[in-house]
Amino acid sequence: MIARVWRWFDSRMPTVRQEWARHAAEYYAPKNFNFWYFFGSLALLVLVLQIVSGIFLTMNYKPDANLAFGSVEYIMRDVPGGWIIRYLHSTGASAFFIVVYLHMFRALLYGSHKEPRELVWIFGVLIYLTLMGEAFFGYLLPWGQMSFWGAQVIVNLFGSVPFIGPDLALWIRGDYVVSDATLNRFFALHVIAFPLVLLGLVVAHLLALHDVGSNNPEGVDIKKVKGADGHPVDGIPFHPYYTVKDLAGAVVFLAIFAFVMFFVPEMGGYFLENNNFIPADPLKTPPHIAPVWYFTPFYSILRAVPPLFHSQFPGVLAMGIATLILFFLPWLDRSPVKSIRYRGTLYKAWLAAFVVVFLILGYLGTEPTTVWGQFNDRWNILDTKDVATWVARLCSIVYFLFFFLMPWYTTRDRVMPVPERLPAMVH
Amino acid sequence: MNDNEKVDPKVNRARRKLVVATSVVGGAAGLGAAAPFVASMWPSERARAAGAPIEVDVSRIAPGELAVFEWRGKPVWVLRRTQEMLASLKSVEPRLSDPSSKASEQPKYAENEHRSAKPDLLVLVGVCTHLGCSPQEKPAEAKAEMGADWPGGFYCPCHGSKFDFAGRVFNGSPAPTNLVVPPYTVVDNKVVIGEDEKTKGA
Repeated sequence: MIARVWRWFDSRMPTVRQEWARHAAEYYAPKNFNFWYFFGSLALLVLVLQIVSGIFLTMNYKPDANLAFGSVEYIMRDVPGGWIIRYLHSTGASAFFIVVYLHMFRALLYGSHKEPRELVWIFGVLIYLTLMGEAFFGYLLPWGQMSFWGAQVIVNLFGSVPFIGPDLALWIRGDYVVSDATLNRFFALHVIAFPLVLLGLVVAHLLALHDVGSNNPEGVDIKKVKGADGHPVDGIPFHPYYTVKDLAGAVVFLAIFAFVMFFVPEMGGYFLENNNFIPADPLKTPPHIAPVWYFTPFYSILRAVPPLFHSQFPGVLAMGIATLILFFLPWLDRSPVKSIRYRGTLYKAWLAAFVVVFLILGYLGTEPTTVWGQFNDRWNILDTKDVATWVARLCSIVYFLFFFLMPWYTTRDRVMPVPERLPAMVH
Repeated sequence: MNDNEKVDPKVNRARRKLVVATSVVGGAAGLGAAAPFVASMWPSERARAAGAPIEVDVSRIAPGELAVFEWRGKPVWVLRRTQEMLASLKSVEPRLSDPSSKASEQPKYAENEHRSAKPDLLVLVGVCTHLGCSPQEKPAEAKAEMGADWPGGFYCPCHGSKFDFAGRVFNGSPAPTNLVVPPYTVVDNKVVIGEDEKTKGA
């Protein structure tokens, strides 16, 4: 009976069977995927969690400056199971960035951004930028002090663009300050516009990936050696092999996720900042404003650049370049090999330095610039004595050098020859 | 079309032109359709009305006293400066990054050494030009907190910017320019914030 229904369906819409085969049952992926290959499917899982929890939050949330803060507290206290849905969504936001950062780092490790996967990488960077926008809009919605002043600071970044800046900031806010109009439009962008864009980009990311095939920890092109059946000898069908592997990854991930959600949903002020449990007050700035942790490396770069020509814009520009430079990575990386396993010490050293400065910048962005004290007066160069600002400046320079010097050090690196096929016993 | 290109003889040139023309017109119409959506994001008439000028009575502000009013959702300060405060403006000039306010925002009538229409009455938007926090007044007496050479002025708690009693920024502050002087008119004991000869004309 079921077989007959399926035949009836299949004869009318064979697309379902064909696409399932193309993207799962007959999508041949390299057989040596390791730990780092969990994060793509985990990102998809978190996306689903965010969409589902988000839908249920909108059922009780009110995008109105007078009601928003109260409605979030109402969800937390009075709506049955509301607190779990809210914490699912707020923890999910941070989890999304953790997973995406690890997923991007995987690309740097194994050269997944390199030819022929440039488009896969570009769609990925677009997803990352859209995600940043999505997170920024979402953070305003609880209408707490950090929501308000964080939005104030970030919209003012656009205001520093020469000539059009003030009008641009006015247009984004829809008012002279961050207000009800701003909250309402951020809500619209957060629940409709950006999720749609995000879904479209995820589809494009996956389609582009499946057209060229997956990279692997060895960086070997498995399509070069095919068996009699026309499939790569070193490939295995994504389903069931990797669907089952990813399922195991999802179980471990969800266990950690659930622990955070139930026991430390605020993560000591990193996932949900303490000041955000105070309603927004446009006339009173909290003493210390910091963005949520996933923006802090870029916020550090912003603060590290001193104002030039009485303008805040150079810092904003540096921050913009720090994110947009990612688009050019496939062409900055001139190495003849993909995977770090065949690269030389130069790339390994630069990648290690990049990771270290990214983490330091991330930490410093969560703290005031005075966190590591001040130099004495003789050291008052370039307008600051703050030790942390100087560390952030050095780290910012290393951050940019990692990209700008990449064409140079990747061509000079002593790489090892890459084999034709995956080495035996790599899995 | 480029002459060097080989044209497929099977292509009907007239129809191809029609296809291109239709696409261009359709595309232009599509772009035009975006206009109302873009326009809808500008401040609404209600938001503009709420941004209208406010009239405040300053007769009861004593010398040295700071009053805060809300205009366009931002704090606007009106400070009646004492002789000592005004005297401090001259002496701090070497320590300022823009002492004559060349790179800063103020109406024409506030482009003077005291940055105000009337020397004693200072009107400022109380929002830091760095990233929009609201600074606090720190009088000259706050030397214990602000350092022995503190002449009195304003201090931003967010990123430590310091301003003098004319809202001019001290060297070494993250704020790039002096605090903004809004357009205003002084009529007897009243100050109309947000309106002057220029904004009336507009």
